[in-house]
Order: sequence, then structure tokens, then C-alpha cells
Amino acid sequence: MIAELGHLAVIIAFMVAIVQSVVPMIGASKGYIGWMDAARPSAIIQFLLIFFAFIMLTISFVTSDFSVKLVASNSHSLKPLLYKISGVWGNHEGSMLLWILILAFYGALVAVFGKRLPIILKARVLSVQAMIGVAFIAFLLFTSNPFERLIFPPFDGKDLNPLLQDPGLAFHPPFLYFGYVGLSMTFSFAIAALIQGSVDAAWARWVRPWALLAWITLTIGIALGSWWAYYELGWGGWWFWDPVENASFMPWLIAVALLHSAIVVEKRETLKSWTVLLAILGFSFSLIGTFIVRSGVITSVHAFANDPERGVFILLILIIAIGGALTLYAFRANSLRSSAVFSPISRESGLILNNLLLVVSTIVVFIGTIWPLVAELILGRKLSVGAPFFEIAFTPFMVVLAIFLPLGAILPWKRAQILRAGSPLIGALSLSVAIGLLIWSLQTGGRILAPIGLALSAWVILGSLTDLLMRCRMIDIGFSAGLRRLINLTRADWGKTFAHIGLGLTIFGISAITAWETEDIRVAKIGEEFEVSGYTFIFEDVSKINGKNYTSDMGTINAFKNNKLVAILKPEKRFYPVQRMPTTEAGINSSLKRDLYIALGDFQDNGWTIRTYVKPYAVWIWIGCLIMAFGGLLSMTDRRLRFASTIRLKQK
Amino acid sequence: MAIGLKKRRRVQLIVIAIFFIFFATFLIGFAFKDGIEFFRSPTQVISESISENEVFRIGGLVKENSLKKDGNKISFIVTDRSNDVAVKFIGILPDLFSEGTGMIATGNMKGMVFEATEILAKHDENYMPKEVADALKEQGIYQE
Repeated sequence: MIAELGHLAVIIAFMVAIVQSVVPMIGASKGYIGWMDAARPSAIIQFLLIFFAFIMLTISFVTSDFSVKLVASNSHSLKPLLYKISGVWGNHEGSMLLWILILAFYGALVAVFGKRLPIILKARVLSVQAMIGVAFIAFLLFTSNPFERLIFPPFDGKDLNPLLQDPGLAFHPPFLYFGYVGLSMTFSFAIAALIQGSVDAAWARWVRPWALLAWITLTIGIALGSWWAYYELGWGGWWFWDPVENASFMPWLIAVALLHSAIVVEKRETLKSWTVLLAILGFSFSLIGTFIVRSGVITSVHAFANDPERGVFILLILIIAIGGALTLYAFRANSLRSSAVFSPISRESGLILNNLLLVVSTIVVFIGTIWPLVAELILGRKLSVGAPFFEIAFTPFMVVLAIFLPLGAILPWKRAQILRAGSPLIGALSLSVAIGLLIWSLQTGGRILAPIGLALSAWVILGSLTDLLMRCRMIDIGFSAGLRRLINLTRADWGKTFAHIGLGLTIFGISAITAWETEDIRVAKIGEEFEVSGYTFIFEDVSKINGKNYTSDMGTINAFKNNKLVAILKPEKRFYPVQRMPTTEAGINSSLKRDLYIALGDFQDNGWTIRTYVKPYAVWIWIGCLIMAFGGLLSMTDRRLRFASTIRLKQK
Repeated sequence: MAIGLKKRRRVQLIVIAIFFIFFATFLIGFAFKDGIEFFRSPTQVISESISENEVFRIGGLVKENSLKKDGNKISFIVTDRSNDVAVKFIGILPDLFSEGTGMIATGNMKGMVFEATEILAKHDENYMPKEVADALKEQGIYQE
């Protein structure tokens, strides 16, 4: 009964979405207030219906109702509660329901909080949002119904893939989807603007919070995924340039570009059509990502069993959405006139450079990601594009981006002189170069990457701090007056500082781990002692552990530095009997200075295979991501972006 | 004047964008040399002459009773049921690696032996790598 109620709710939501996509759009073009007003309640009702359906599915999972096919094939009565819940989206059908839920949630947010949006714009935005909803609900209902029943329910379920039974991965999909789907909001705003034929500062101020929200959640989602891969897969890697990872990284890059170009629209009323194009591209890459992940056309290490027919359906959605949006853009972009002019050396130019670099690097990632598909279709060769491709073709753009970032961020709007505006950065520049040279001279025969990467990270961080100091004019007006100004800086200013410093820290972590990590693989007997990069490890023992739904061989390895015990590592080799599947749980001891990382391999007649890594400053990769996301949050809550102040500004 | 400036800015922008795209194309072309790994089935490996420097991927089934472990030195035979290729690997095998199932390895040929630097893991035991499935289909072994 519960599953049927959920199914029914989705069907009604489908009807509501159809009405919501047609009625307000007609109302907006004919000027029927009543028709436009229909958008608000229908968006809210659509969300409530899908939410109800989602709860029904969750109840089926929590109560282990194995007559529902999805529960039977993805859950088990012995599974911990957290994973019963996360199992709802740990499979194709459920994750698509989550996708739609978040889509409807965004629509409802606009309906509830967008009271001050101009009514025509709001009607069109919600209508476009509902069109996307119609497409995806149809996809769910016709190809991936999560509420399907089994005629003969099994006694117990098949369990969730054990790799997914992990707190990091329990929350990874919701965050990722909030990001992916969040870009649908900026897409809807862009389409509405194109239909309306105008974009102004107020429009940019409405779009930016959505772009920020999408970007923040995408950042956290990607960071969680990468962290999970780091400790769960036991290879010690944190990014593999795998198609599925790239699928989330491309919309992230475009979202970064969009965030920055929206600032230009808001402050200077220029780059309008470009910003609209970015908003379209951002969601296009979300759709492409969904297609890559769900269709399985490109071989990925993360691939779960998938179904080509579903891929065709998503491909259709993708072609209609992207094709339609770009066609509309081609016809209407000319009407988005920009008024302002600016000199080649100015904040505007800096942001344009940022945009160009990000978009071109996204294209590089895109080519690398789809090349296997192109090669197979056109050349008839099977191949894969590995990490070296991206290191050679993508990294240079990020290096250039980091070089220009502090300079672009400190330039004034409209017109600037590079020497005068850039002179405060001389301190930061010389210090960073000095750091780079120092590390280069200390390093014996390592990769050139370390000095360059560390110099760049220092440059980005110190440059951001210099920018902050300049803004509060601490040097001119004294410490206490400067401090007061510092506190009174807008949240957007603080957000910018945090986001840029976060990027610097991530660059730092990446450079350090790439250049200085040490790896050791050996077969060790119990009691054996071995040394890796200054740490002494003693392999104490391996014991059998019984978990709730698995058994485990848990190793105990003590790590010493200078004869002092610094960490006790407990790597595990788990076995999940229901799916008959082994998993590796790495034993990790993290600190700000280094991660000690041990993965336990097979038992052999003379000992256990043990893989040990010492990874300097690894944790900064993720700390940097969190700080970036925090910067985004500060920016999003800036007073300027609240709807009320926008209206006041317009009325002036 | 204002219009002239706008036009000039647009031209400058296009020039920079074209420069970046050329730069990207150059990098992509360069990166394709190192970054592309062809996929070959054991039959293709046997029939083609492959330079020892070329890094590529080999995929197929792990032949039954061929897996040998000596410490962290691992050797096994990969097969598409028509031809076999011996594989050597130093390291820890992925969790889902076992005899009789599909696998993909990255590495290069040293004489008649494939020296793997990496063996790919899958998240799902029922999942057959697409290339492996296609290669087996060509040999008439694997049916959907």
C-alpha cells in the first residue's frame, strides 16, 4: 500500500508539473495574472507530492518491505539504519527520485521565497523548471519506477553494494545532486531572461545565490566523493580523472565561471549574454554528467551496472534541453545589450580571463572524457584517456589561472594601471617566489611540480590576504581603525577571501601529496618491523571481528616516530556475506602535517601484504575545499543578495 | 567613441579566446601521445606487433588456476578463450579480482609478458567491463 501511494503521488506530481510548465508560460506572454499566479501553488504542491513519494520509498526501505523490488535488490534486514536510509538513493531508481525531489525543492524555494521577484519572470522561471521536471518524472515513471512490486517477495534482500555502506558515501549523492540540480535554477533564470529579452543587475542578483548554492553543494559533494575514494578504495588516490568524476567536475568548473561573470553583470551591467550562455552551459554539463553516469557508454571504474535504454532517454532530454536552449540563445542573445565599456587592464578583464581559462579547461576535460566514445564510433578503436592526458592538457590552464588570480582580484573596476594597482602585491609575489626557490633548492631530485605548486599556493593565499589588507586600509589608517573596517567588510568580500584562500590550500595539498608521498608494498609477518619515510611501523596482529552485517580481518599496526608511539592504525579487510563481496577499509591516521595510510591485502603462507603510504599534508586538499565552500556560503548570505534589498534598489 | 571601444574590446577578446583554443588544441595533441591508452584483447596482443614502450590496457578473463602469488609479486594469465597472455604485477590486487572474472590492466609488453602497473577494480561484482564484454563477444564466448 505504501509503495502504491508513493507511485500515485509521483503520477499526480507529473500532472501538476505539466500544468505548471504550460499555464504560467502562456500567462506570462498574454499577461494573464491569474495564469501566472498558478506557478506558485503548483510548484509547492509538486514538491510536496514528490516529497511524500520519497518518504514512502524511505519507509519501504526502513521497514525492509521486500515486496518492493528496489528494496529487495538493494537492502537487507540486518543492514544498519543509516544505510537502510542511504540505500534509498544508493541505486539508479531511488537516486533519480532524489534528483526529482531536489529539482522540485528548488522550484518550491523560488515559489516561497521569491515573493519579490517580478511576477512575469517568476512565472517563466517556474515554468521552465517544471518542464525539466516533466522530462525527468517521465523518465522515472516510464523507465525506472522505484515502486515496482515483486509478485513473490524474497525472504530477505540482496543488500546494498558494500562499498556504498559508508558514511562518506551516504551523504555524497545528496550533496552532488543539490549541486547538479541547483544549476537547473540558473538555467531556468537564463531561459526566462532570453524569453523576456532583458538582463539587468537585479537579474544577476537573483541568479547569483542559486549559482552559489549549487556551487557550494557541488564542492562539498565532490570533496566527499574524493575523500571516500581515498579511504575506501585502498589505492591511496584521491582523484582519478575517471569519466564519472569528470562528470561532476565539468559543471563545477562552469559554475565557478558563472559565479564570477554574474558579478560583472551585477556591478557593471556587461557580459550579459555571456553569463546567460554560462548558465545554459552549466546545466548542460549537469545533464551530460547524468548521461555519462547513468548510460554507461563510457567505461568507468566507478561504473555500476547500467542500462543503455535509459541512456537513450536521458540523451533525448539532453538534446532537447541543450538544443532548445542554445537555439533560443542564438535568436535572442543580441537583445541582451551591454552598456558599459572597460579598459584591457581592469577587474572586468581579469574576470573575463578567469572565465576564458575555466571554459577552455572545461572543454579540455570534456574532450578527454568523451574521446573514448568518439574514437570507438569514428575510428573503431577502443581506448581510454588516462590521468597523464589531464595532467598535461588541463593543469597548465589552472597554473595560469592561479598566476593571474591575485592580480585580477585586486584590480579596480573599469580602468586600472597595472603597476599602481599591482604594487601592493610585490611583497606577496617575492615571498612566494622565495618559497618556491627555497623548496626547489632543498629538494633533491624530486619533481619540479612541488616548488611550482607551493609557490602558486603561497601566491594565491598571500595575494588574498594582501587584498584584504588593502580593503581595510590598515597600513594607511592604523591598526585599530583598520580592524574596524575589516570587521565591517561585506560578507561578499569575506567570501571572496575565504574561497580564494581555500583554493590556495587545496593547491598546496595537491602539490605536496603529488610530490612527496612515499609508498611501500611488502609482505609482513606478525611482529615484523618496517620503516617508511622516517616512521617505524610494527605489525602487531590481525584479529577477526564480527560487524553487524560483515566479518572482518582487522590489523593492528603501531606507528612510531623517534621511538615515540604516534598512531595505532587499524586497516580492515571486510567480507560482506550477503553480496559475497570483500572490501578494503584503509587504516588512516590524519594530522595537519601528514596522513599515515595503511591498506591490508591478502593473507599468504608467510604473512600479509601491506601497502603503506606516508602522505604529507594530504588533509589540506579537503580542508581547502571546505574553506572554499564556506567562502561561498558567506557570499551567499551577503545582504546585497537578499531579495528585499534588490527591490529597494530598483525603486530608487 | 564608445561603440568603437566596445568593438575593439570584442576583437581583443576573440583574439585571446582563439589563442587559448589553439593553446588547448596544442596541449591536447601533445597530451594524446602520453595520455591515450589503447585497449587490446589477448588475441589483438598476439596478432599485433606492439612496441615495448607503448602503455596500453589489456582486458579479458583471468584464466582459472593461473593466479600465482609470491609475496607481493603476482602473476596470472588473461584470456579471451582464444589466446592467452601472461601478466606480471607487483602490488595488491583489487578486492573484486578473482579467477574466471573480467579484469582490465594497464601496462606494457616486455617480451611476451605484460607487465602491469595498475589493475582496475570495479565497484560491482556483476559488472563486466564493456571492452572485455565486447572482446569476448567477438570470440563468441560471452552472451548477454
